[in-house]
Amino acid sequence: MYKYMSRGEKLGSLINMILLIIIALLMLFPFYYMIIISFTSFSEFVQSDIILWPKKWVLDSYEFILGSKSFIRSIGVTVFITVVSTIFSLILTAMMAYALSRDIYGQRFWMFMVLFTFIFGAGIIPTYLVIKETHLLDTYWALIIPTAINSYNLIVFREFMMSIPKELTEAALIDGGNDLNIFTRIILPLSKPALAAFGLFYAVSGWNTYFNALLYINDPSKWTVQVVLRQIVILDQATTALSEGRLNGLTQNPPPPETIGMAAILIATIPILIVYPFLQKHFAKGVMLGSVKG
Amino acid sequence: MLKTENTLTPGELGLPKPGRYRKTAFKRIWKERYLFLLMLPGLIYFIVYRYVPMLGNIIAFQDFNVFKGFLHSDWVGFKHFQKIFEDPEVLQVLWNTILLSFLQIVFAFPISIILALMLNEVRNEGFKRVVQSIVYLPHFLSWVVVVGLVTVLLKSDGIVNQFLQQAFGMESIPFMQSPGWFMPLIVLEVIWKESGWGTIIFLAALSGVNPDLYEAAVVDGANRWRQIWHITLPAIRSTIVILLILRLGSVLDVGFEQIFLMLNPFNKEVGEVLDTFVYFKGVQQSDFSFATAVGLFKSLVGLILVVGANRLAKRFGEQGIY
Repeated sequence: MYKYMSRGEKLGSLINMILLIIIALLMLFPFYYMIIISFTSFSEFVQSDIILWPKKWVLDSYEFILGSKSFIRSIGVTVFITVVSTIFSLILTAMMAYALSRDIYGQRFWMFMVLFTFIFGAGIIPTYLVIKETHLLDTYWALIIPTAINSYNLIVFREFMMSIPKELTEAALIDGGNDLNIFTRIILPLSKPALAAFGLFYAVSGWNTYFNALLYINDPSKWTVQVVLRQIVILDQATTALSEGRLNGLTQNPPPPETIGMAAILIATIPILIVYPFLQKHFAKGVMLGSVKG
Repeated sequence: MLKTENTLTPGELGLPKPGRYRKTAFKRIWKERYLFLLMLPGLIYFIVYRYVPMLGNIIAFQDFNVFKGFLHSDWVGFKHFQKIFEDPEVLQVLWNTILLSFLQIVFAFPISIILALMLNEVRNEGFKRVVQSIVYLPHFLSWVVVVGLVTVLLKSDGIVNQFLQQAFGMESIPFMQSPGWFMPLIVLEVIWKESGWGTIIFLAALSGVNPDLYEAAVVDGANRWRQIWHITLPAIRSTIVILLILRLGSVLDVGFEQIFLMLNPFNKEVGEVLDTFVYFKGVQQSDFSFATAVGLFKSLVGLILVVGANRLAKRFGEQGIY
């Protein structure tokens, strides 16, 4: 379309691109600042005013964090919850999405049941009480079962399965296969891209689990990394939060809380950054699929 | 011997016998037993963790006592709902919620549209993809990370205050403690985290626009602005309407995690919203019934607004969400 552009329009296009570059840099700045501050030394952080590039790169903050039993344990807990909840959620979502993608008895009723949860939430307290009554409080299951199926993922997954050509499943039916065979032998193998996409989405929300951990888990030894992160960075209790299990105690000067906080955030964000390219490949498709029906 | 018409049973005509519907339903479920088997775990999940809590809202009409349970606690009718409108604290919280929601719709929502329009004007695909990758990223971070970054950036001796001091000679501003900064910060954080992600749905709608329309507009002498005004914006109008309907339905939902993380004793007065209020009252102070009443009130208002907004949208000839 360049050939139709007048000089004014070319200028407008240039300004547009410059503005987008500025927006992108503003978006990136917190990441950049997080990285450099996490490698800044105590003396430089305290003495300098504005640090945009550390004179000396040090690993003090990382050593301090990784020497803390509570932080390492919270990472372990979070990895466990992320893996188990992703698998659990995928299985439940895929099975239900397949049943709803077929002409199941009462399909409209079941679909209404799912869609209604979009516009009417049960509320924090009754949900809390149900989780209490089902004895999930203070167990990892409280972070896995109550969020097992995301209604939105379920609907989009169902639409994906409906787009699989009917001929494939009908042939299997004629050969005497039942719905279980069709699901495991035909639908699941064809759903690999969808499984990957929803798996990533579930994994990200598992890794970011915060609110439910705060609500349902009182035992600090079962806290997820996000809960510990809040304690370190937002409540400014870095030294107490990270003191447990430290062999050398706190005799030597710990790094400043800001650099510890930034290092902790960076460690907790690395998994997201690693899966981000894969996520990006899938999410535009997922969102578009969903927007077809609104 | 041929059967006469009136000896045919309804079954022979392919019709279910009166009173046999239950049996045919059962037959069909049996025929589809494997499908039901596959759906069963999900069904149990929805019933136990989505619908039983919905029924659990009945404790809003009780003086719920943990030891007496859901069914045997004392019924008190609308006592707790009456309290919602008499308690000045709840009214303050309700006002905070509505104001914050309003600010988000007015300031954060249009930014996604503007950003999508800007991205749509970029002709260089590579450049566009790089910018998109950067602006989508914050969506995947947790609120703890976002509020944590903001906390460090905005400390009294943090980089923002240092910059303001050196560039403009300003006094250090206690951003996180000042009640006046609470809402602007919440809105700015939402813009940083979600405005890029919000463009996806608009860009998807825009990708469906027929390029011939632009060509025709150019032939008719329309410049870039007129093309945006007459082609691009109408193309995303129904998307905007649908998103606004959904947004209205969650007008009392302003994001528990973010606000909870931003709250501290200094900004509680202006920052407490319905969700955090329910959390403090119910979970921390165990005032279950009153907290549930506030939560139920919130959900009902959301439901009414979605249904109302959807009707209104349809009356104006838009598609609506159902």
